Amino acid sequence: MNERARLLLTLADDELILGWRNSEWTGIAPFLEEDVAFSSIAQNEIGHARALYELAARELGTDADALAFDRAPEEYLSAPLVELRRLEWARTIARHWLYETADAIRLESLRGSGDRDVAGIAAKMDREEAYHRIHAEMWVDRLLGSEEGRPRLEEALEELWPYALGVLDEALRPELVRRAEAKFGRPLPVVEPVPRGRHEAELADLLEEMTMVRRSAPPGARW
Amino acid sequence: MSARVFEVFRRERAGAPMQHAGSLVAPDARFAEIYAREQYGRRGESDALWLVPREAVDQVDGFVDEFDLKYRRVDGYSIKERLKEARERAGTTPAHAG
Amino acid sequence: MDTRTAEFLEHVQSGGLVEAGDWMPDEYRARLLKFVEMHANSELMGILPERDWILRAPTLQRKLALTAKIQDEAGHAQLLYRIVEDLGKPREAALDDLVAGRSKFHNVFHYPTRSWGDVGVIAWLVDAAAIISQKALLKCSYAPYARIMRKICWEESFHILHGRDVVLTLVTGTPEQRALVQEALDRWWEPLMMFHGNPIPADEDPMIGWRIKSQANEDARQQFLEGYVPQVWELGLTLPDPKLRRLDDGTWSYTEPDWEKLMAVVSGNGPASEERIAFRRLSRADVDWVARTVLAEAA
Repeated sequence: MNERARLLLTLADDELILGWRNSEWTGIAPFLEEDVAFSSIAQNEIGHARALYELAARELGTDADALAFDRAPEEYLSAPLVELRRLEWARTIARHWLYETADAIRLESLRGSGDRDVAGIAAKMDREEAYHRIHAEMWVDRLLGSEEGRPRLEEALEELWPYALGVLDEALRPELVRRAEAKFGRPLPVVEPVPRGRHEAELADLLEEMTMVRRSAPPGARW
Repeated sequence: MSARVFEVFRRERAGAPMQHAGSLVAPDARFAEIYAREQYGRRGESDALWLVPREAVDQVDGFVDEFDLKYRRVDGYSIKERLKEARERAGTTPAHAG
Repeated sequence: MDTRTAEFLEHVQSGGLVEAGDWMPDEYRARLLKFVEMHANSELMGILPERDWILRAPTLQRKLALTAKIQDEAGHAQLLYRIVEDLGKPREAALDDLVAGRSKFHNVFHYPTRSWGDVGVIAWLVDAAAIISQKALLKCSYAPYARIMRKICWEESFHILHGRDVVLTLVTGTPEQRALVQEALDRWWEPLMMFHGNPIPADEDPMIGWRIKSQANEDARQQFLEGYVPQVWELGLTLPDPKLRRLDDGTWSYTEPDWEKLMAVVSGNGPASEERIAFRRLSRADVDWVARTVLAEAA
């Protein structure tokens, strides 16, 4: 697989798996107004994944759904951060902020890509994710300003910080450190990033559930 | 919920008036904006929104009309009969005969 | 009946509307509140049978469509609970009653979903049945509710298309895919027949007297059968009621549903009622701290 396809699949897998995780809040978010808002975020992420898979599919001679659903678990290139099952609100907000910040850094660098398609899709995603960032910032501020919320968010940050670093290539990590320290108002521990290349145990369960209906018909069946 | 109620007004398209669309609860204006965007704009159905804390809205009603002051309304005037009489007097045909 | 109530009744029966701050008879307020609360509960509980299938949707397009449909339902619940709150019952109290099994929600959401076939059948036929009731509610005497129904009807228009598209794709697929739809239909037909409620005559239904409802239950059911049975049959699918047929006068005859069963189901004795209510209770408890934090502590 060439570098371009690999890059597209990495981005697509991150967005698909995170979109899937965020969809787990459907109907059970802390209150209904938030349920509606968070669902749009999940839909945007799956929409991004779809656009990225379509781009990669042209290159690889297949289609977007086949790339999204039909690969073996070890072929997915998603970051461990998005694979974790954390159906708890402080964890969700921490991951949301960390991922959106890391993604912003990543997309900024891709917008300057010489590859027109990649630069174009990065710009589109970045514009849409501006709303995700506003949403994440708002929730982090609210939880940090709350007696009950702050310790929960801090604990979530401690747990997810090594995973967040692993989302980005080494060269981009210092920028994430800078932004996170500014946001949380304190130095963050120097830790070994949880790198891509190995998957969380939860990913296998996720893919099993995600593909169960699709696998019940022969490949090529329409749904 | 002890959170604040915000009334949402929406403008369906450019040039249309702001119309009341509904309400939502949110901890503050920052959350309210995000929730209003979603509830009233995720399908591209609004050109713009106004968000107003409910306590800022004053309802005004109970308009009194005891003496039926028709002289200052269009329905207070019926000119048909007088116009007919005036035309007959002048011997002129009506503008739209037949 | 006192004079003020009699005047109010005359007002609504001649097409007059009622706004949130207006005086209303206790009986009107109580019936209206219970009705809208049941509607709000139904939108909220309706999410639960469907949400698992977002995660299992077999294509990206289906995943997006189903997520958007369910998002609409959450949005409808939000709008409806606001109306309930403005009528005097806070959202938390309504949710307390829901998770304690003290309030009702529509029968169809007390049943389990078993396959992707259910996803198509629900989105197509359950939403179709609901839209018939919702269109009739556009004429509700309580104006805030009637206005919300406009937004709800507008958003629901794609749900039925999505559902029908899923069904059509399955019936033109493999024999196993086709069987998924037939099997789902066989299970969902009874709840669908009960959906519009027992055939209480319009002049005996106080909800129609107050102009909260404007369509008799049986009329709604007949409208559903007339619109959708032919659409099911034209796909070569069958419905599990040997008596179901269209009479010469254009009305549909069918096996009379067990109305006591309907009452039992909506009161929490359906096949999936307890599990769903428990799920809602537990997930609410999990996030209770968020509501306290975000809504109680001023920024």
